[in-house]
Amino acid sequence: MKFGVVRFPGSCDEVDAQLAASRVGEAVLLWHGDRDLQGVDAVIVPGGFSYGDYLRVGAIARFAPVMEEVVEFARAGGPVLGICNGFQVLCEAGLLPGALLPNAGLRFVCRDVDLVVEDAATPFTRACTPGDRMTIPVKHTTGRYHLPPDGDVRVVLRYAPGHNPNGSEGDVAAVASAAGNVFGLMPHPEHAVDPLTGSTDGLKVFESLARVPAGA
Amino acid sequence: MRARVLVRPKAGILDPQGRAVERALPALGFDGVQNVHVGRLIELDVDDPNQLEAMCEKLLANPLIEDYEIQT
Repeated sequence: MKFGVVRFPGSCDEVDAQLAASRVGEAVLLWHGDRDLQGVDAVIVPGGFSYGDYLRVGAIARFAPVMEEVVEFARAGGPVLGICNGFQVLCEAGLLPGALLPNAGLRFVCRDVDLVVEDAATPFTRACTPGDRMTIPVKHTTGRYHLPPDGDVRVVLRYAPGHNPNGSEGDVAAVASAAGNVFGLMPHPEHAVDPLTGSTDGLKVFESLARVPAGA
Repeated sequence: MRARVLVRPKAGILDPQGRAVERALPALGFDGVQNVHVGRLIELDVDDPNQLEAMCEKLLANPLIEDYEIQT
Protein backbone atom coordinates (compact mmCIF):
# COMPACT_ATOMS: atom_id res chain seq x y z
CA MET A 1 0.00 0.00 0.00
CA LYS A 2 1.32 3.43 -0.97
CA PHE A 3 0.31 6.34 1.27
CA GLY A 4 0.47 10.00 0.31
CA VAL A 5 0.72 12.56 3.12
CA VAL A 6 -0.29 16.10 2.17
CA ARG A 7 2.07 18.89 3.22
CA PHE A 8 0.53 22.38 3.49
CA PRO A 9 2.39 25.48 4.62
CA GLY A 10 1.91 25.21 8.38
CA SER A 11 1.50 21.43 8.55
CA CYS A 12 3.56 20.01 11.39
CA ASP A 13 2.67 16.34 11.75
CA GLU A 14 3.23 15.22 8.18
CA VAL A 15 6.58 13.54 8.93
CA ASP A 16 5.17 11.62 11.89
CA ALA A 17 2.27 10.51 9.70
CA GLN A 18 4.71 9.45 6.99
CA LEU A 19 6.79 7.48 9.52
CA ALA A 20 3.69 5.81 10.98
CA ALA A 21 2.40 4.86 7.53
CA SER A 22 5.88 3.57 6.62
CA ARG A 23 5.44 0.85 9.24
CA VAL A 24 2.76 -0.78 7.11
CA GLY A 25 3.63 0.39 3.60
CA GLU A 26 5.35 3.00 1.47
CA ALA A 27 4.68 6.67 2.23
CA VAL A 28 5.44 9.81 0.24
CA LEU A 29 4.77 13.51 0.84
CA LEU A 30 2.35 15.36 -1.46
CA TRP A 31 2.97 19.10 -1.88
CA HIS A 32 -0.13 21.27 -1.45
CA GLY A 33 0.51 23.17 -4.68
CA ASP A 34 0.75 20.09 -6.89
CA ARG A 35 -2.28 18.54 -8.53
CA ASP A 36 -0.60 15.16 -8.39
CA LEU A 37 -1.36 12.31 -6.00
CA GLN A 38 1.56 10.24 -7.38
CA GLY A 39 -0.62 7.17 -7.77
CA VAL A 40 -1.10 6.61 -4.04
CA ASP A 41 -3.60 4.10 -2.65
CA ALA A 42 -4.52 6.22 0.38
CA VAL A 43 -4.25 9.92 1.30
CA ILE A 44 -3.48 11.31 4.76
CA VAL A 45 -4.28 14.96 5.53
CA PRO A 46 -2.09 15.57 8.59
CA GLY A 47 -2.24 17.74 11.67
CA GLY A 48 -0.82 21.20 12.08
CA PHE A 49 -1.89 24.71 11.28
CA SER A 50 -2.40 24.74 7.52
CA TYR A 51 -2.15 28.27 6.13
CA GLY A 52 -1.73 29.51 9.70
CA ASP A 53 -5.36 28.64 10.52
CA TYR A 54 -6.13 32.05 9.02
CA LEU A 55 -9.81 33.04 8.86
CA ARG A 56 -11.00 29.70 10.33
CA VAL A 57 -9.30 26.34 10.81
CA GLY A 58 -9.10 24.47 7.51
CA ALA A 59 -10.91 27.22 5.59
CA ILE A 60 -8.05 28.14 3.26
CA ALA A 61 -6.45 24.70 2.96
CA ARG A 62 -9.56 23.22 1.39
CA PHE A 63 -8.89 25.39 -1.68
CA ALA A 64 -5.30 24.17 -2.14
CA PRO A 65 -4.67 22.69 -5.60
CA VAL A 66 -3.90 19.25 -4.14
CA MET A 67 -7.30 19.23 -2.39
CA GLU A 68 -9.10 19.21 -5.75
CA GLU A 69 -7.37 15.91 -6.44
CA VAL A 70 -8.06 14.63 -2.91
CA VAL A 71 -11.78 15.41 -3.29
CA GLU A 72 -11.88 13.60 -6.62
CA PHE A 73 -9.95 10.66 -5.12
CA ALA A 74 -12.41 10.48 -2.20
CA ARG A 75 -15.46 10.72 -4.47
CA ALA A 76 -14.06 7.76 -6.43
CA GLY A 77 -13.94 5.74 -3.20
CA GLY A 78 -10.27 6.18 -2.30
CA PRO A 79 -9.44 6.07 1.43
CA VAL A 80 -8.71 9.50 2.94
CA LEU A 81 -7.59 9.92 6.56
CA GLY A 82 -7.76 13.37 8.18
CA ILE A 83 -5.98 13.81 11.50
CA CYS A 84 -6.66 16.87 13.70
CA ASN A 85 -6.16 19.81 11.34
CA GLY A 86 -6.71 17.30 8.52
CA PHE A 87 -10.11 16.45 10.05
CA GLN A 88 -10.94 20.17 10.11
CA VAL A 89 -9.89 20.50 6.45
CA LEU A 90 -12.04 17.52 5.39
CA CYS A 91 -15.07 19.02 7.15
CA GLU A 92 -14.51 22.38 5.46
CA ALA A 93 -14.12 20.59 2.13
CA GLY A 94 -17.51 18.93 2.61
CA LEU A 95 -16.02 15.41 2.57
CA LEU A 96 -17.12 14.87 6.17
CA PRO A 97 -20.25 16.17 7.93
CA GLY A 98 -20.12 18.68 10.78
CA ALA A 99 -17.51 21.18 11.90
CA LEU A 100 -14.88 21.70 14.60
CA LEU A 101 -15.25 24.55 17.09
CA PRO A 102 -12.91 26.02 19.73
CA ASN A 103 -12.56 23.76 22.77
CA ALA A 104 -15.24 24.40 25.39
CA GLY A 105 -12.47 25.15 27.88
CA LEU A 106 -10.74 27.53 25.42
CA ARG A 107 -7.37 25.94 26.22
CA PHE A 108 -4.91 24.02 24.14
CA VAL A 109 -5.21 20.43 25.34
CA CYS A 110 -2.29 18.02 25.00
CA ARG A 111 -2.68 14.65 26.68
CA ASP A 112 -3.49 10.97 26.19
CA VAL A 113 -7.20 10.22 26.00
CA ASP A 114 -9.09 6.93 25.99
CA LEU A 115 -11.31 6.20 23.02
CA VAL A 116 -13.98 3.58 22.43
CA VAL A 117 -14.40 1.99 19.01
CA GLU A 118 -17.99 2.23 17.87
CA ASP A 119 -17.70 1.24 14.22
CA ALA A 120 -15.12 -1.37 13.22
CA ALA A 121 -16.45 -1.74 9.68
CA THR A 122 -14.53 1.19 8.15
CA PRO A 123 -11.22 0.76 6.28
CA PHE A 124 -9.59 2.66 9.18
CA THR A 125 -10.85 0.51 12.05
CA ARG A 126 -11.18 -2.97 10.61
CA ALA A 127 -8.26 -4.15 12.78
CA CYS A 128 -10.43 -3.28 15.82
CA THR A 129 -13.54 -4.78 17.43
CA PRO A 130 -16.51 -2.63 18.51
CA GLY A 131 -16.08 -1.73 22.16
CA ASP A 132 -12.26 -1.83 22.03
CA ARG A 133 -10.55 0.91 24.04
CA MET A 134 -7.56 2.75 22.64
CA THR A 135 -5.26 5.30 24.24
CA ILE A 136 -4.15 7.98 21.79
CA PRO A 137 -2.97 11.56 22.41
CA VAL A 138 -4.86 14.70 21.46
CA LYS A 139 -3.25 18.14 21.03
CA HIS A 140 -5.54 20.87 19.80
CA THR A 141 -7.40 24.09 20.57
CA THR A 142 -10.21 23.65 18.05
CA GLY A 143 -11.51 20.13 18.47
CA ARG A 144 -15.09 20.44 19.69
CA TYR A 145 -17.08 18.44 17.17
CA HIS A 146 -20.39 19.96 16.12
CA LEU A 147 -22.92 17.67 14.47
CA PRO A 148 -24.65 18.72 11.25
CA PRO A 149 -28.29 19.86 11.67
CA ASP A 150 -29.74 16.49 10.64
CA GLY A 151 -27.45 14.71 13.11
CA ASP A 152 -26.82 12.07 10.48
CA VAL A 153 -23.23 11.07 11.18
CA ARG A 154 -21.32 7.81 11.06
CA VAL A 155 -19.56 7.94 14.42
CA VAL A 156 -16.46 5.71 14.47
CA LEU A 157 -14.76 6.59 17.77
CA ARG A 158 -16.04 8.28 20.90
CA TYR A 159 -14.08 9.62 23.86
CA ALA A 160 -14.43 7.18 26.76
CA PRO A 161 -16.59 8.44 29.64
CA GLY A 162 -14.70 11.20 31.43
CA HIS A 163 -12.17 11.60 28.62
CA ASN A 164 -13.86 14.19 26.40
CA PRO A 165 -11.11 16.86 26.22
CA ASN A 166 -12.95 19.56 24.29
CA GLY A 167 -16.72 19.43 24.81
CA SER A 168 -17.46 17.52 21.58
CA GLU A 169 -21.16 16.79 21.16
CA GLY A 170 -21.95 13.17 21.96
CA ASP A 171 -18.28 12.63 22.93
CA VAL A 172 -17.56 12.22 19.20
CA ALA A 173 -13.84 11.79 18.50
CA ALA A 174 -13.93 10.41 14.95
CA VAL A 175 -16.44 10.25 12.11
CA ALA A 176 -16.55 8.67 8.67
CA SER A 177 -18.38 9.47 5.48
CA ALA A 178 -21.52 7.43 4.81
CA ALA A 179 -19.52 5.18 2.46
CA GLY A 180 -16.80 4.86 5.09
CA ASN A 181 -13.84 5.75 2.88
CA VAL A 182 -13.27 9.22 4.38
CA PHE A 183 -12.32 9.29 8.05
CA GLY A 184 -11.49 12.18 10.35
CA LEU A 185 -10.39 12.21 13.98
CA MET A 186 -9.00 14.73 16.44
CA PRO A 187 -6.68 12.30 18.30
CA HIS A 188 -3.30 11.60 16.69
CA PRO A 189 -2.83 7.90 15.87
CA GLU A 190 0.51 8.74 14.20
CA HIS A 191 1.88 9.82 17.60
CA ALA A 192 0.97 6.44 19.16
CA VAL A 193 2.94 3.90 17.14
CA ASP A 194 6.11 3.35 19.16
CA PRO A 195 6.50 2.00 22.72
CA LEU A 196 9.27 4.59 23.18
CA THR A 197 6.61 7.31 23.45
CA GLY A 198 3.88 5.30 25.21
CA SER A 199 0.84 3.73 23.59
CA THR A 200 1.01 1.92 20.25
CA ASP A 201 -2.77 1.86 19.80
CA GLY A 202 -2.57 4.32 16.90
CA LEU A 203 -0.97 1.61 14.78
CA LYS A 204 -4.42 -0.02 14.53
CA VAL A 205 -5.54 2.75 12.16
CA PHE A 206 -2.59 2.20 9.83
CA GLU A 207 -2.80 -1.59 10.07
CA SER A 208 -6.49 -1.39 9.22
CA LEU A 209 -5.69 0.65 6.12
CA ALA A 210 -2.98 -1.76 5.05
CA ARG A 211 -5.64 -4.49 4.98
CA VAL A 212 -7.64 -2.64 2.32
CA PRO A 213 -7.31 -4.60 -0.91
CA ALA A 214 -5.43 -2.64 -3.57
CA GLY A 215 -7.77 -0.85 -5.96
CA ALA A 216 -10.65 -0.99 -3.47
CA MET B 1 -17.22 49.81 -2.69
CA ARG B 2 -16.20 49.36 0.92
CA ALA B 3 -18.03 46.52 2.61
CA ARG B 4 -18.03 44.90 6.02
CA VAL B 5 -18.92 41.37 6.88
CA LEU B 6 -19.74 40.51 10.48
CA VAL B 7 -19.35 36.86 11.36
CA ARG B 8 -20.65 35.54 14.67
CA PRO B 9 -21.22 32.12 16.24
CA LYS B 10 -24.66 30.76 15.41
CA ALA B 11 -27.25 31.19 18.15
CA GLY B 12 -27.47 28.13 20.35
CA ILE B 13 -23.87 27.06 19.79
CA LEU B 14 -21.70 27.30 22.89
CA ASP B 15 -19.45 30.36 22.51
CA PRO B 16 -16.71 29.93 25.13
CA GLN B 17 -14.97 33.17 24.09
CA GLY B 18 -18.14 35.17 24.64
CA ARG B 19 -18.64 33.44 27.96
CA ALA B 20 -15.10 34.22 29.09
CA VAL B 21 -15.56 37.91 28.25
CA GLU B 22 -18.94 37.91 29.98
CA ARG B 23 -17.30 36.61 33.13
CA ALA B 24 -14.35 38.98 32.90
CA LEU B 25 -16.34 42.22 32.71
CA PRO B 26 -18.01 42.00 36.15
CA ALA B 27 -14.57 41.25 37.61
CA LEU B 28 -13.58 44.72 36.40
CA GLY B 29 -16.65 46.32 37.91
CA PHE B 30 -18.83 46.39 34.79
CA ASP B 31 -22.09 44.88 35.97
CA GLY B 32 -25.28 44.13 34.05
CA VAL B 33 -23.61 42.54 31.00
CA GLN B 34 -25.29 39.59 29.31
CA ASN B 35 -25.29 37.61 26.08
CA VAL B 36 -21.73 38.42 25.04
CA HIS B 37 -20.62 36.88 21.77
CA VAL B 38 -17.26 37.21 20.08
CA GLY B 39 -17.07 37.02 16.30
CA ARG B 40 -14.92 38.61 13.62
CA LEU B 41 -15.09 41.60 11.33
CA ILE B 42 -13.95 41.38 7.72
CA GLU B 43 -13.54 44.65 5.82
CA LEU B 44 -13.05 44.61 2.09
CA ASP B 45 -13.25 46.73 -1.07
CA VAL B 46 -15.34 45.02 -3.73
CA ASP B 47 -16.21 45.98 -7.29
CA ASP B 48 -19.40 43.95 -7.25
CA PRO B 49 -21.19 43.83 -3.88
CA ASN B 50 -23.61 41.28 -5.31
CA GLN B 51 -20.85 38.73 -4.92
CA LEU B 52 -20.56 39.23 -1.17
CA GLU B 53 -23.16 36.66 -0.25
CA ALA B 54 -21.47 33.97 -2.33
CA MET B 55 -18.12 34.92 -0.76
CA CYS B 56 -19.63 34.44 2.68
CA GLU B 57 -21.19 31.10 1.83
CA LYS B 58 -18.04 29.78 0.21
CA LEU B 59 -15.22 31.16 2.32
CA LEU B 60 -15.77 34.01 4.76
CA ALA B 61 -18.16 32.09 7.03
CA ASN B 62 -19.03 28.47 7.70
CA PRO B 63 -22.86 28.58 7.59
CA LEU B 64 -23.06 25.41 9.68
CA ILE B 65 -21.61 27.13 12.73
CA GLU B 66 -21.65 30.86 11.94
CA ASP B 67 -24.12 33.58 10.97
CA TYR B 68 -22.95 36.44 8.81
CA GLU B 69 -24.21 39.93 8.20
CA ILE B 70 -23.19 42.01 5.18
CA GLN B 71 -22.98 45.79 5.59
CA THR B 72 -22.44 47.95 2.52
